[in-house]
Amino acid sequence: MTRNRPLRAAAALAWREIIRFFRQRNRIIGSIGTPLVFWLLFGAGLSQSFRLGGSAAGGPSFLQYFFPGSLLLIVLFTAIFSSISIIEDRREGFLQGVLVAPIPRWAMVLGKVLGGTLVALVQGLIFLLLALTLPIEVRPLAWLALVVLLFFAALALTSLGFAFAWRTDSSQGFHAIMNLVLMPMWLLSGGFFPAPDWSAEGHIGQQMLHAAMRVNPLSYAVAGVRQLLSPNLDYGGSWVPGMASCWVVTILFAAVCFTAAVLISRQRMTGDLL
Amino acid sequence: MDLTIERGEIFAVLGPNGGGKTTLFRVLSTLIPLQEGQVQIAGCDLRRGAAEIRARIGVVFQAPSLDRKLTVAENIDIQGALYGLAGRDLAARRDMLLAQFGLADRARELTEKLSGGLRRRVELAKGLIHEPELLLLDEPSTGLDPAARSDLWRYLKSLRDERGTTVILTTHFLDEADGADRIAILNEGRLVALGRPDDLRAEVGGDSITIETLSPTQLATAIHEKFGVVAKVVDASVRLEVPAGHEWIARLVEAFPGQISAIRLGKPTLEDVFIARTGHRFWREQQGPEA
Repeated sequence: MTRNRPLRAAAALAWREIIRFFRQRNRIIGSIGTPLVFWLLFGAGLSQSFRLGGSAAGGPSFLQYFFPGSLLLIVLFTAIFSSISIIEDRREGFLQGVLVAPIPRWAMVLGKVLGGTLVALVQGLIFLLLALTLPIEVRPLAWLALVVLLFFAALALTSLGFAFAWRTDSSQGFHAIMNLVLMPMWLLSGGFFPAPDWSAEGHIGQQMLHAAMRVNPLSYAVAGVRQLLSPNLDYGGSWVPGMASCWVVTILFAAVCFTAAVLISRQRMTGDLL
Repeated sequence: MDLTIERGEIFAVLGPNGGGKTTLFRVLSTLIPLQEGQVQIAGCDLRRGAAEIRARIGVVFQAPSLDRKLTVAENIDIQGALYGLAGRDLAARRDMLLAQFGLADRARELTEKLSGGLRRRVELAKGLIHEPELLLLDEPSTGLDPAARSDLWRYLKSLRDERGTTVILTTHFLDEADGADRIAILNEGRLVALGRPDDLRAEVGGDSITIETLSPTQLATAIHEKFGVVAKVVDASVRLEVPAGHEWIARLVEAFPGQISAIRLGKPTLEDVFIARTGHRFWREQQGPEA
């Protein structure tokens, strides 16, 4: 009598993530609190020493410049929290029941990742309300584009976290990955400081930094959000990818990470057996 | 190992810990792949038809599988969705199971707030949400008090009688296996006995006599020389299976005065079956680390 309905199963698993998240208040505070404090503290504290581009006056404040980075930091934190929960699911036994259910692995991954993505998106949108305090003018269509772009960025980060977390058997192990991969990824995304422009006669350190930020897929999500929020910003001597490449890279990033998560989830882990 | 389990029977896999029960359970529940050999469940080959099999079996793990942050009803609803149920069907089925397991008034409670026994009931309800043809249970009695255990058995029997559900369970409780229609005894990964509990006991024959003594080996040899019956030394006591055991008690005590410190007469139990087939006691393996 049971029929195979992978999408329904995925929806149920995604719904579970959302219920769980909003039942654990410390997770909400943990993922939105730190970026908010960073944003206010750095935004206010560093505004004296921050100047974008050549123009002395009329450039954005650091509070404004740092906003997209903080937004992506919230998305990243939420994605990390939701990825860690696959480790809990395995340890607490819930995963065992899912593994013997008649659903394909991609449906399990989709449920888990989509749940985490939606949670991250909601958190991001709450923070986005603060953008209204900034001196910006965003057209309605751009708001919509923002939500879609954030969705793909969240999907990418949650899938990436899942792919790492699947093979990790303790949350301590995941922290190492976080420090090694996820935090540097955010720091080098142009969210915190602008990427230096490429110039052949430039300093070697500058060139390396430029290259690192240029290959970092998260740079494109941050740049995309920034351009949607402040379309007419003067970036002076810093490197900024065009809007089209922001879209392409972010969507591709999500597709690659999701595929990787599905492929990795086919591996059996010894921890699956309790 | 070669065995066939009939549709609509309660089949117990009995064995000491580390005997291979759990491995068998994991293979049957599709959690680990079959290394060699062949398994068919309801006509589907386990290697090729795992997806088909998964839809038809209900699995109750020994380890908890509930989401502690969700309510009882939410846990069961998610399980239902994993098995393709939805809407009114799912709600009706869930409410029926909750009522059957006496959980109706707990439906909205978080499972982390329930007692261990109640949680086991939720696990069972979870495994039954899609009306499986075959229910697999790994050590279902662990953590249940005797009353809850007998409730469980009553329920399993009613499943078998009313729905024709096949039940396969693993256990290390000898007395529990007695309630099954048929049992398989596993020891060190091998099938050492298979059959109805009564038949297995009858095979051991007559009565079993256990003699406590200071020098079991000598006594066993002496009994064998004098009476021509097989006397085994099992863990520092002498054991023999004979018809009309009460007559033998007097005979033995008279024949070896002073050598017997205690003598016991019993009907053969499943433990005797285990001893007869393996030559050692059931619980001996308990001391080793659990596999």
